[in-house]
Amino acid sequence: MTSVRIENLSKTFGEVRAVDGIDLDIPDGKFVCLLGPSGCGKTTLLRLIAGLEAESGGRILVDGQDQAGIPAHKRDFGMVFQSLALFPHLSVAENIAYPLKIRGTGAEERRKRATELLDLVQLPHIEDRAISQLSGGQRQRVAIARGLAIDPKLFLLDEPLSALDAKLREHMQIELRQLQQKLQVTTIVVTHDQREAMTMADIVIVMDRGKVQQAGPPIDIYRRPANSFVADFIGTTNLIPCTVKDGRSIDVLGHEVTLGEEDVINPDVNGSAILSVRPEDVAVTERAGDHTVPGEVAFIRDLGANVEISVRARDLEIRSVCTPKRRPDVAVGQTVGLEFHTGRCTVMAS
Amino acid sequence: MTTPSHRLSARPLAIYPAAMLLVFFLIPFGIMVVVSFFHRVEGAFFEPAFEFANYARFLSPFFGKILATSIGLSAAAAVIGVVVAFPFTYFLTTMPRRQQTVILVFLLSVLSLSEVIIGFAWSTLLSRTAGVSNLLVWIGILDGPQAYTPSLTALLLGLCYLGFPYAVLVIYPALSRLDPELPEAARMSGASPVAAFFNVIIPVMRNTIVGTLILVFVFTLGAYLLPQVLGRPQHWTLSVHITDQAIFQSNLPFSAAMAVFLLLVSLALVGITMLLSQPKGQRS
Repeated sequence: MTSVRIENLSKTFGEVRAVDGIDLDIPDGKFVCLLGPSGCGKTTLLRLIAGLEAESGGRILVDGQDQAGIPAHKRDFGMVFQSLALFPHLSVAENIAYPLKIRGTGAEERRKRATELLDLVQLPHIEDRAISQLSGGQRQRVAIARGLAIDPKLFLLDEPLSALDAKLREHMQIELRQLQQKLQVTTIVVTHDQREAMTMADIVIVMDRGKVQQAGPPIDIYRRPANSFVADFIGTTNLIPCTVKDGRSIDVLGHEVTLGEEDVINPDVNGSAILSVRPEDVAVTERAGDHTVPGEVAFIRDLGANVEISVRARDLEIRSVCTPKRRPDVAVGQTVGLEFHTGRCTVMAS
Repeated sequence: MTTPSHRLSARPLAIYPAAMLLVFFLIPFGIMVVVSFFHRVEGAFFEPAFEFANYARFLSPFFGKILATSIGLSAAAAVIGVVVAFPFTYFLTTMPRRQQTVILVFLLSVLSLSEVIIGFAWSTLLSRTAGVSNLLVWIGILDGPQAYTPSLTALLLGLCYLGFPYAVLVIYPALSRLDPELPEAARMSGASPVAAFFNVIIPVMRNTIVGTLILVFVFTLGAYLLPQVLGRPQHWTLSVHITDQAIFQSNLPFSAAMAVFLLLVSLALVGITMLLSQPKGQRS
């Protein structure tokens, strides 16, 4: 039962502001993903919460208690590291029970808990193996088990799945999410993989250049990105310059498009702006009409499961994705019309 | 004409180190072993023979004590050297790169000093007339200058000084390759920095530590000047006596026998250390 509150947190390394005045609220029992490109400060933020780095300014409150001055080893958190950092000189059971040993738990109790945790991560009967005998996926699970050994107040993971191959990674994402739902432990995961964040998180926190760009449920962030960085980083999108006229009417590439009730015009928009529309929300019509933006087909990529059509409109390349069934009868070089599904557009400040 | 294949041209390259080993190590070593069985001619040199007299002479309480002194001194120097060098190197690896380089270059420059220079430098530093005690008198800690050499402490100090840079240079690459997340994982598991050092860093570095102990032990075992410059006669090691017998007493057969003996004993000790230090899993 742990909630985290971060107030105006910052961390500087020399001249570099790795974390730049972050405010966050992480409610109890939630699965939170810190998402962003490398160097955005997400790992530093996690290490600040863990106590492995000292903050340059601001506060971290865990259950209302200021963490300043509490060393990492007294915070009672569990952590899984990017390198996993399993102790090579200890057996699997000794690794998992190390946090209990440090706290003075007896040998019998430790062994029992290690067995219990191995069952939990679905790796029974490997207590006495050496770490060097385990596969990548097994090491991953042992590291998770060690992080959970003391029923931590917070479960922190730094790019935990980055060492696994793509298939196993997808599997572990689901497993990690199910594990967290079962234990209801407040969990913070650092990742640069937006699919991973979308799969696991209750709350995604998108970071760039030391600042939080947007925080919220994954689907909200996908549907209503706060700015062009978020729109581009989460999934793929078309970012088209536009001008907002009166009310819900915008001018896109010289054509007037009227937005529907469902479309979002961010409050900070004023005059010239950017329209973000996902490729799956762009339809290509065989003939340019009054309500469509004209363009010329530049490339068609048929991937089997879906068809991707790139259309050149003025000096922009706009991508449209549709299912093979809905594929329009167009060819490369043909002049077509582009239609934006209203209800799925976001207009943001440029 | 056929051109030689790559395999053929690789052969001479493999022969080269073997030849070097033979010419510069095995042949001199063989000569020494042979000489150790020769007969010494009083007032002259030696004559070919096959006798165990030189080895028999060694097996006396007098030389037994010298052997024990040699091994004890080197073992102590190895342990003290590693105990000092390991934490030193650990803090060194946590420093910024530039500072690490400066300190490593300084240590390398210490390596360029010979045993002679190190011995006389320390003997001056620890002397009554020009040593550090004069500084302590000047500060007001001592009433009058004192001589700290010759003594066992001075000798150990010198041996540790000799072995320390080697210890750091062996430990440094292993410690700088250590995953920095390992001690952090220990800390997140609830271990204080000191507990993390003893529970994780030392056990993980075990092989390096044992290797360094052996290196410093063997290295200081060969020191023959420091015991004479910084120690008392009772601290003279087997190496000192080997030098004495070979150069001043012209008794090459006996000094050769002692050298062979020293080699066998140190080989045995290194072997035992390596056996004892194997991790549990590999021994069973």
